[in-house]
Amino acid sequence: MTDMTFTEATIAAMQEEMRRDPLVFAIGEDMALQGGVFGQFKGLPEEFGVHRVLDTPISETAIVGAAVGAALCGARPVVDMHFADFITTAMDEVVSQAAKARYMFGGQCCVPMVLRMPDGAINSAAGHHSASVEAWLLHTPGVKLVVPSTPADAKGLLKSAIRDDDPVLYFEHKSLFKMRGEVPDGEHIVPLGVAAVRRSGTDVTILSYSQMVYRCLDAAAQLAEAGISAEVVDLRSLRPLDWDTIATSVRKTHRVVVAHEAVRTGGVGAELAAQIGEELFDELDGPVIRVAAHDVPMPFSPPLEKFVLPGAAQVVAAVRRLL
Amino acid sequence: MQRIRRFEERAEELYLGGELPGFIHLSIGQEACAAGACAALGTDDYITSTHRGHGHCVAKGAPLDRMMAELYAKVTGSCKGKGGSMHIADFSVGMLGANGVVGGGANLAVGATIAARLRGSDQIALCFFGDGASNRGPVHEAMNLAAVWNLPVIFFCENNQWASTTSVKSVMKIEDVADRAAGYGMPGVVVDGNDVLAVYTAVSAWVERVRNGGGPVLIEAKTYRMRGHFVGDPQVYRDAAEVQAQRANDPIQRLEWRLLAEGRLDEAGLARLKDEVEAELAAAVQFGRESPLPEPEAALEDLYATPLPGGVRP
Ligand SMILES: Cc1ncc(C[n+]2csc(CCOP(=O)(O)OP(=O)(O)O)c2C)c(N)n1
Repeated sequence: MTDMTFTEATIAAMQEEMRRDPLVFAIGEDMALQGGVFGQFKGLPEEFGVHRVLDTPISETAIVGAAVGAALCGARPVVDMHFADFITTAMDEVVSQAAKARYMFGGQCCVPMVLRMPDGAINSAAGHHSASVEAWLLHTPGVKLVVPSTPADAKGLLKSAIRDDDPVLYFEHKSLFKMRGEVPDGEHIVPLGVAAVRRSGTDVTILSYSQMVYRCLDAAAQLAEAGISAEVVDLRSLRPLDWDTIATSVRKTHRVVVAHEAVRTGGVGAELAAQIGEELFDELDGPVIRVAAHDVPMPFSPPLEKFVLPGAAQVVAAVRRLL
Repeated sequence: MQRIRRFEERAEELYLGGELPGFIHLSIGQEACAAGACAALGTDDYITSTHRGHGHCVAKGAPLDRMMAELYAKVTGSCKGKGGSMHIADFSVGMLGANGVVGGGANLAVGATIAARLRGSDQIALCFFGDGASNRGPVHEAMNLAAVWNLPVIFFCENNQWASTTSVKSVMKIEDVADRAAGYGMPGVVVDGNDVLAVYTAVSAWVERVRNGGGPVLIEAKTYRMRGHFVGDPQVYRDAAEVQAQRANDPIQRLEWRLLAEGRLDEAGLARLKDEVEAELAAAVQFGRESPLPEPEAALEDLYATPLPGGVRP
């Protein structure tokens, strides 16, 4: 085990995969001199050179579109979106091209690309730099969605994403970049579609992912003091989804809270509540309750931001509603 | 050119006869662009295409029978009936797909050359796009990126004077799309897009330079869309006289006259050539017609290369 930050874990994943496969390359803005806006590509330009770490003009459409073209022709691009919010400027390239190419062309090709998307709210970044946009893409068959919450997963899931032959959207919460954690030494792979039970419990299942997992663990600790045993499941990827782990937990606890930082309406929570309602209705002792951000863009002023974001208190309140 | 023309004329008949589903966009009148440009490329080189992609696909060497089967929405089609006319593709000949999104192929072409460079291959990419597409942002981003990185991309604009119902004159302040190349520091040239030899010569002249690190080029071929925007288009937006006046400029007629005048082909040779095309096409139509439709469950296949556990949910 080595203690490292989430950022360092992603760099290690990139290094290992770029050394392993000469067709893996990184592309994005502010790569060459800074190693990415959050330093998550640091050292790569020096080791791999400008043909493997491509420093682009501010042209999100071109970056993502070119990555799709490169993937169609056998390369394995890892794209940095700068901020997940900016995916709107290349939405067509993701939704119409990357996600559909393999299907529309009858399986003639595949699109092995990764989009790294720093998402979530930190430091009053406000309306254009704080969003969690996974639900837009969950609604898009043809892409896979990964939402790591620990340095170990950041590494293991990024390696899996790079090796996957499909387009993978890798959401890295900006507040996690500096987080430290133990990462297994040697080849460490976390397969897509396997959830992790971060805390086991018997009274309620809390489904979450990314940074929100920590607020749920806080909530579970508070609940434990009140004698309530909460199980916290970190989904780790939203597509493929680890339905087995979800169902096993629900059959044990019979109560479900889904918690995410993204806004509520049409979100991942809505989808999970619907699936659980359809398939596990008889197991439930109450409705599936969602904890999510209020349905507004992220405001600037700290008290406003704090109000909009869901925290441990909202998770505790949701569990109390069920019990 | 003859193969493209006859393929599309047959597709038009079959569509109007109710045999083919979906929408069909024909490139009749523009064959010299596809044929001339693709003839200058190697089989390994890539092309990206537009929503009007039959000609590009044929010119790049795709077999007509699998193309026709795709138009018939049959399982034997090049995309197994999942793409149809507007998304026809044949990766075996470097044809990376027609595109239902106007301008959608430009950045794919740029990316294709990035992949080629990583593999140490000298393949180039030629991106077909329309005058309408030249007004879209993705095309400009693609041209800029290819230019700053000296990528081996030929941006080939088929200026057929119309974008759906909109005349190019009403949406562009300049006469030539090629002028836009200057903004990216790359050469822009205009060629007679109804003269196949002129297109072939122009593209050939740039292929080597582009392949050898000279950077991209924008070639604008002036041509004309003889048919409606799509099959069934009533064409209320333009004068029949305008279309009529263009008949004298038919690229296939022009080549025939020239070959006959120069004595490189005689009437018998021409007839033989047309018979060959007819036979190939008849076989393609028969193949399309007689091939089976896909099984409905095939709708859930081909989405992912590494399928999801539990499969695609209904
Ligand atoms: C992004 C986008 N906008 C609009 C359309 C609808 N549309 C399809 S073809 C077309 C005209 C395109 O004109 P041009 O690029 O000149 O190509 P041409 O049809 O002349 O071959 C339009 C507007 C589309 N498919 N995609």
